[in-house]
Amino acid sequence: MARKPDLRRFPGFLAVTLLCLFLLYAPLVIVAIYSFNDSPSITLWGGVSLRWYEDVFWGLEADKFKRAAINSLTIAAAAATTATVIATMAATAMLRAGQFRGRSFSFGLISLPLMVPEIVTAVATLIFFSAIGFQTGILSILIAHIVFCIPFAYLPIAARMEGIEDVYEQAAQDLYATKWQAFRLILLPLMTPGIVSGFLLAFIISLDDFIITNFVKGAGVETLPTAIFGAVKQGIKPNIMAISTLLLMVSITFVTLSYFAGRMGQNRKSNPTGET
Amino acid sequence: MAEDQGDIAVDIDHVTKRYGDFTALADVSLAIRSNEFFTLLGPSGCGKTTLLRCIAGFEDITLGAIRLYGDNIVDLPPNKRPVNTVFQQYALFPHMDVTRNVMFGLLRLGQSEAAARKRAGEVLDLVQLTQFADRLPAQLSGGQQQRVALARALAPNPKVLLLDEPLSALDLKLRQAVRLELQQIQQETGITFIFVTHDQEEALTMSDRIAVISDGRLQQIGTARDIYEEPDNKFVADFIGETNLIDVTVAGIDNGQATCTLPGGNHFTCPAAQGAHSGRGHLSVRPERVSLSDPAQGLLTGTVSRLIYLGTDMHVDITLTDGEVVTARVQNSAGTRIPAMGETIGLNFEAGAARLLID
Repeated sequence: MARKPDLRRFPGFLAVTLLCLFLLYAPLVIVAIYSFNDSPSITLWGGVSLRWYEDVFWGLEADKFKRAAINSLTIAAAAATTATVIATMAATAMLRAGQFRGRSFSFGLISLPLMVPEIVTAVATLIFFSAIGFQTGILSILIAHIVFCIPFAYLPIAARMEGIEDVYEQAAQDLYATKWQAFRLILLPLMTPGIVSGFLLAFIISLDDFIITNFVKGAGVETLPTAIFGAVKQGIKPNIMAISTLLLMVSITFVTLSYFAGRMGQNRKSNPTGET
Repeated sequence: MAEDQGDIAVDIDHVTKRYGDFTALADVSLAIRSNEFFTLLGPSGCGKTTLLRCIAGFEDITLGAIRLYGDNIVDLPPNKRPVNTVFQQYALFPHMDVTRNVMFGLLRLGQSEAAARKRAGEVLDLVQLTQFADRLPAQLSGGQQQRVALARALAPNPKVLLLDEPLSALDLKLRQAVRLELQQIQQETGITFIFVTHDQEEALTMSDRIAVISDGRLQQIGTARDIYEEPDNKFVADFIGETNLIDVTVAGIDNGQATCTLPGGNHFTCPAAQGAHSGRGHLSVRPERVSLSDPAQGLLTGTVSRLIYLGTDMHVDITLTDGEVVTARVQNSAGTRIPAMGETIGLNFEAGAARLLID
């Protein structure tokens, strides 16, 4: 057997790895640590305290952040739900409807938003809304979020569906189920982990989005990222670190959940030969 | 064995199935009788599974008709056809327990929860899985999963049960046990079974009748005995068991009896398959029907070129003067003379043991 070259033996491997890890995570770690700083300075350490977390929830700007957080969560929940439904239907059409004209084109169309620079989408969406005279506000944010959430929801859902052999649906139809019953009673339950994973991913993508939101939000409407950006423009206060840390926690939780949801149920497949 | 010839369960009427340029089934016609254990036998890729899927409704046919008790079903979707399938991979629903799997078809047919549960209990009893009723498929062994798949397909009491190589995933010992069980269940339920396999032993031991298929074409239909003893063509003779194909020149065929000249010049008369013709042809002679004798008394003569000791019998290859090799299977019983390598020896077989094939 040909041995793969051991990556760890390359000269400078350790140094490069450490540098990358440092650049990626040091800023996050520093923000997280300084969110517990008891000093009003963002650079001087003044001991451990939760005062900036108190400030986020009960301070002068608390109302603003609360409204922004509620907007963000509402939009994320609605956008992720809608995107998941659309992505599930898209995956069913792409993977279960057999070969049809424009199938690869459709796949390109679904995944295009992943490749288009976000600023381009943002400008285009804003121009589109103003061209059709659509009032910017919560609804315009929601529509824009649904659109860019679809590919993120689609990928885990399609990956899961690809792993489910269509013999289960055939067996269901053989046992007198209509196509719809085969979908609802067999395919959908088997796809649940992928759907949950796709939903969570779409949710977090929506929650974190700044660029598109900032363009289409309209005056006076803020989501958490735009509110944070607005606050930072007037100078960075330690409460921004606290709120960023909270957002980071939510993100990590959702991404972790999404990962485990995607893996869930993979050991439950019927396996007649005992092989995998 | 059901011998009610008038009652045709499935009538495959000139069925052709093409995928683009590839012909998977070429003008196949066969009639499967009610209550019959009918086997479609052939090598992989011969079209037998395609035919089964056409009956189940998973494939559209290009030409022809498929009738189920007289009704043409080719336009019905799978869920409207009163046939059920045992899939090769079983396809048990992984998120449902055994009982739920078996109830699935019954509920779709509109039975009440209670009625479906009762029927599921009966069928699970039939396949001896009552104590596993609450398990998920992944918690069962391969053999148990196979029986759940059978129970699930039997529960709605289909007019015809289709079995797509259901034993191929089981190990040899289990396969032999399940064979008997399947046969028994077929007889108890009286349901027509259409069984697809590439395993000739499976086909010979279980079936009332066998259809041999190769290259999308029907080669021969008959009982195990018909197919083994009276093969019609080279493919069937060679695919079912072992055989010797001996080059002969046929002078003429009269009343099903062919008069031919064997290699070496001896004349020989034996039965001919219907459709065999004069000229160059092949005789099929099973190795166990070939006996050894003195060179002077042999229909054929040659030298022993290989000896394989198999315990209960010996495998003897004899190379004829024209280079053809004929195999004899000699019983290893008391008094049998075991030939030596290189010995010149005579070969004999009775007229009834040979058959002129369609070339």
